[in-house]
Amino acid sequence: MNGMTQIVKKVTQLMSGLIFMYGLYIITHGHLTPGGGFAGGAIVAGGFILLILAYGSKVLNLRKEETQTSITESVALLVIVMLALAGLFLGTYVFFNNYLPQGEIGQLISAGVIPIYNIFIGMEVAAALLTIFLGLVIYKEEVAS
Amino acid sequence: MTVYVMCFILFLVGLYGVLTRRNLIKIVIGFSIMEFSCFLFLAMIGYIENGLAPILKEEMENPVYVDPLPQAMVLTAIVIGLATTAMLLAIAIRIYKKYGTFDIRKVNELKG
Amino acid sequence: METLLSILIGFMIIGALYALHAKDLLSALIAQGIVGYGLVIAFLNLRAPDLAIVQIVVETITLIVMVAVVLNSSREEVKESWNRNKILNIVTSLVIVGFMAYIFAFMIQPLQPFGDHTMRMSQYYTQMGAESTGAANLVTGVLFDFRGYDTLGEATILFTAALGVVTILRAKPKKETES
Repeated sequence: MNGMTQIVKKVTQLMSGLIFMYGLYIITHGHLTPGGGFAGGAIVAGGFILLILAYGSKVLNLRKEETQTSITESVALLVIVMLALAGLFLGTYVFFNNYLPQGEIGQLISAGVIPIYNIFIGMEVAAALLTIFLGLVIYKEEVAS
Repeated sequence: MTVYVMCFILFLVGLYGVLTRRNLIKIVIGFSIMEFSCFLFLAMIGYIENGLAPILKEEMENPVYVDPLPQAMVLTAIVIGLATTAMLLAIAIRIYKKYGTFDIRKVNELKG
Repeated sequence: METLLSILIGFMIIGALYALHAKDLLSALIAQGIVGYGLVIAFLNLRAPDLAIVQIVVETITLIVMVAVVLNSSREEVKESWNRNKILNIVTSLVIVGFMAYIFAFMIQPLQPFGDHTMRMSQYYTQMGAESTGAANLVTGVLFDFRGYDTLGEATILFTAALGVVTILRAKPKKETES
């Protein structure tokens, strides 16, 4: 599909950095303020979808992008299962245990292993939504040409 | 309790759309409306009058929070609803490429 | 609070009924936005800010994908004919809908009234949740520590859906080289 006019491209270039930073803020402060991994991951995916819509699909090399997002999503899910298995050996004999030390309530580094789970769940949700969108765009490009 | 009955009427509107419409896009819209009514019903069960949002602050003693357990379930269900709608739309695109229309009365060949 | 929620759900029902009877498919999609964004206002009034953030972003992404699908194919509704079978279908479905709403009003008698929830299972979560998990956000603590298996299942479902969409929409495979 074609891109949009020059004004839309320039405004998107300025706004997409801010949207990405806002998504990262919501992911990492998930245990202190409302939000968490799912909301932040969806916001990051929305920022990337905005870039693809404004610049068109002839400019980018979409097959390579789809391979990269697929690999990111699979690696993030594998790391989550590994972290859950590590709780089986380090703590008590319970799968999915919370085994790192918990600091005081309200600081940024607290609540054991929950902030690490938030980061990897956010990566997985953003990569999965981007893979779905890129699959649709690539299908349209190949059939229409 | 009239709020619960109106939530169920929204579910029945979605069910009516799935059963009687002939266009494939209208059937997908009907599924989406049915899911939204379920989320609303689950979130309304755990509400306490004059309660607070379930986030800890430091300055009050004996606060009354609303129930956090249904909210955690609905949070998971919203993302699953998005995945289901994306797969339905992928099937709808394929049907349009083969038959040239969204009408379900004309989709009746069993081969290929 | 009950009257405010009742008026909001009334608007959502009117929007849903218009979305299923519109002549143009693009108008039907915009009318579905009424239902989705009205749900965000309902979540904010029910003291659930996490759900409101997720619902806004997910509804926007769904509308973008649906408008892209409709604009690249046909935009008009299929033609219908008014014979006697159609009127019988609509009357039968309306009778069944009324009957089910009447039975539902009986079956919710044992529930507590709206706004008067007695927490039997969540007393432990609200009193000891902050000390057990160490998180200040109780919903995140419940979602990742007390109910971790549900989060693992949800991540698996999202991965499977992405895999399914890419498989269904694969273009024609390369034919085997024939002589």
